[in-house]
Amino acid sequence: MTETALLEFRSVNTHYGAVHILKDVDLAIYPGEMVCLLGGNASGKSTTLKTLLGMVTPTSGEVLLDGEVVNDKPTSYRVVNGVTMVPENRRLFKRLTVKENLELGAYLRDDKEGIEEDLENIYELFPRVKERLSQKSGTLSGGEQQMVAIGRALMSRPRVLLMDEPSMGLAPALVQQNFELIQQIHEEGVAIFMVEQNANMALSIADRGWVLQTGRVVLDDTAEALLANPELRSSYLGES
Amino acid sequence: MMSTSLPSRKLFDQDWKRVSFWGSICALSQVFICLVGLPAELNRRILIESTLSLGYLFIIWVPLVFGYVVSKMVELEGVENPKPGAAELLSGAITGLLGGLGLVVLMLGIDNFDLRDPLLNWNPKLLRLLTFENSIGFGSMIWLLVGVGLGVFGASLHQMTTRIRKMVAYAIFGLFTLAVLEDVIDDLSEGLRLEWLSDMIYAKRGGITVTSTIVIAVVLAALPLLTRGKVKEAVSRYRSSDNPAEQQRNSIVLFALVAVVFLVLPWFLGGIINELLANVGLFLLLALGLNIVVGLAGLLDLGYVAFFAVGGYTTAVFTSPNSPWFSPETHFGISLLVVVVMATLAGLLIGAPVIRMRGDYLAIVTLGFGEIIRLLFLSDWLKPYLGGSQGITNIPGIDLGPWEVRGADPRSVFYMVLAFCVLAIYVSWRLQGSRIGRAWMAIREDESVAEVMGINTVNSKLMAFVVGAVLASFSGAVLAAKVGSVFPKSFEILVSIIILVVVIVGGMGSITGVMVGSLVLIGILGGPRQPGLLQEFQNYKLLIYGALLVFMMLKRPEGLVPTARRTRELHQEEYLQDAWLGDDDSEQQEEAGERL
Repeated sequence: MTETALLEFRSVNTHYGAVHILKDVDLAIYPGEMVCLLGGNASGKSTTLKTLLGMVTPTSGEVLLDGEVVNDKPTSYRVVNGVTMVPENRRLFKRLTVKENLELGAYLRDDKEGIEEDLENIYELFPRVKERLSQKSGTLSGGEQQMVAIGRALMSRPRVLLMDEPSMGLAPALVQQNFELIQQIHEEGVAIFMVEQNANMALSIADRGWVLQTGRVVLDDTAEALLANPELRSSYLGES
Repeated sequence: MMSTSLPSRKLFDQDWKRVSFWGSICALSQVFICLVGLPAELNRRILIESTLSLGYLFIIWVPLVFGYVVSKMVELEGVENPKPGAAELLSGAITGLLGGLGLVVLMLGIDNFDLRDPLLNWNPKLLRLLTFENSIGFGSMIWLLVGVGLGVFGASLHQMTTRIRKMVAYAIFGLFTLAVLEDVIDDLSEGLRLEWLSDMIYAKRGGITVTSTIVIAVVLAALPLLTRGKVKEAVSRYRSSDNPAEQQRNSIVLFALVAVVFLVLPWFLGGIINELLANVGLFLLLALGLNIVVGLAGLLDLGYVAFFAVGGYTTAVFTSPNSPWFSPETHFGISLLVVVVMATLAGLLIGAPVIRMRGDYLAIVTLGFGEIIRLLFLSDWLKPYLGGSQGITNIPGIDLGPWEVRGADPRSVFYMVLAFCVLAIYVSWRLQGSRIGRAWMAIREDESVAEVMGINTVNSKLMAFVVGAVLASFSGAVLAAKVGSVFPKSFEILVSIIILVVVIVGGMGSITGVMVGSLVLIGILGGPRQPGLLQEFQNYKLLIYGALLVFMMLKRPEGLVPTARRTRELHQEEYLQDAWLGDDDSEQQEEAGERL
């Protein structure tokens, strides 16, 4: 691909103290793509997300946003430029209302009309959310919380949505619905970068994927190829 | 499902374990209160002439409350409860009786053993008080009867109709308030030339006269009958008004009313009450500042007194001719500008290193910094500059052209403090609804996610620290001008703790709550060094502050006047469960995050 990647890692290394977490990781997310990152516990998935968002600074290597090195840029810079995360387990501001949660998603924007417009779009996408605007977000059900979390992320008008374990902690019936939602957002042109344990489901909707193992990218391929990969099948898809 | 309630329990069908448990606690509480010395100390304060003193009140509220508690039934949804009846009254009576027995044992103990060495109040004075200067047999009879009577009364509160319960509550609380506010009312009626009114209510030697007690009780009890919930209706209408224009108009009217009262009131009050109100204002200013730090941004700052001290000392150095090293003797207004600069610097200086810590760690580190600042002011090292333990004296009052604000004229201090408080309330109110206020609340809820939203958490938190610091320093500046001197010992750690209690008891994050909190706590109980209305409490202030804090945390964690938000969230069963689950989640996540 000759296009500039929206977000890119070039041999990124990160450390927490003396512990070496990410080891020479290369990634690239292109506009409008849906990609996923697979890996077991403590393989460095969350660190990857934090590094993409600027909450962790790499010890070596480069993080690029639209081809520009952003290693030293704060999280706010990346949010303004269209990178947003839906955190693991949704993590809404529980004691704030649904509306306040959504508005906090647009914290860095100051175009009032645009924000109003986006709020309307979110109400259209999630009619359930509109009914509960003045309710404490902590009182919502799991599925509703997920809607608010996604809505909150969309409020910053992202070009790429980083999703940390979107199906974790959701009732099985909601997982499928959740993936459909992600696809719907993707169809509106937002690139999706998913970190998932549910590899089967994630790969079935993604274009490409990587597999992380103890901080190293061990597989980098199209989703179909990964789904067919016998090694992956044995370790992640629960088949022997 | 049964359609009618179950018949009431048989008289002796008691949950003996429960009754004896609460009965023993009742006895222990009464004995504890006696041995702490509260009754003897507070006996001087008469509430009702020759009938009831504050000291006795502190013993007799116990059986009443425990009688109420023991006969309270757990109401489970969908489970029919037997109708309350005589059995409940008996539980209350037994609880009160056990409480009375506790006092009997105490009296016999005091009479036969001498434990005065460890227990200071184990003395004949207490015995005389408990026996009403009569024989032990007489005292025992009285206390057993009083215990049983009040226990039954407490238990019967459940069985009254709402209206009667309301009448009783009005009468009791109204009388109590009148008795406690005796000094204020005396003072006020003198100012309003209505001495005859206070002479009618209060006896010469203090306390409400017996006749007026009865009259007032009847009048107060009749109040709910007369108003028939109209007041409540009006309040709820006022609160729930959906129309923003109307809401705004209502707030303006209310605000104007309160403003007029506060502007006019001091002219009708004497020096002592004005002084008291000025103290309340100084602490309100501190509490409003801390409310921003703790209530909005969720940063538990236990060293808040440091900023109070910075304000006081800066004013002292800049205005006092006695400042040992640098003494420009500027006007208060100019020194106030320096105070703002110094407080901002102090806020940044203390804030910057500690702001990255979270929760408990932040609390401990700020606690340390608060002490460090006080010890610096006390140190020999800074003695040539700040006077060490001798402090800085001779701080002039505030010269405002035609008026002068100085400690000898409490009314002027009150107006000065009022001006600062109004400013602080306005600032808090505007900040709450602002962008930075939103960011603070997000940080309070979940700091990492706030960061993901693009909020600069470090700057926002520092900002909260600095705003809090500036408000506290104003309070310190006025205090210095009022008292005329500053000493390190005025800035003990206790100040931080008391302000925190005011914020928590009043209602975290609620401006009205903080106002009510400081009025009630500082006004009635008093500040760390400032006497309140009940000066007799001086030695027991901290005990009562502590007890109140524990009680509030258990029974009303949202504070006296909570924000609408906090009430909803704390009393929503559903939410509580969610929060439990949710908190577990986020803790696990944090752990996981740290492991990574």
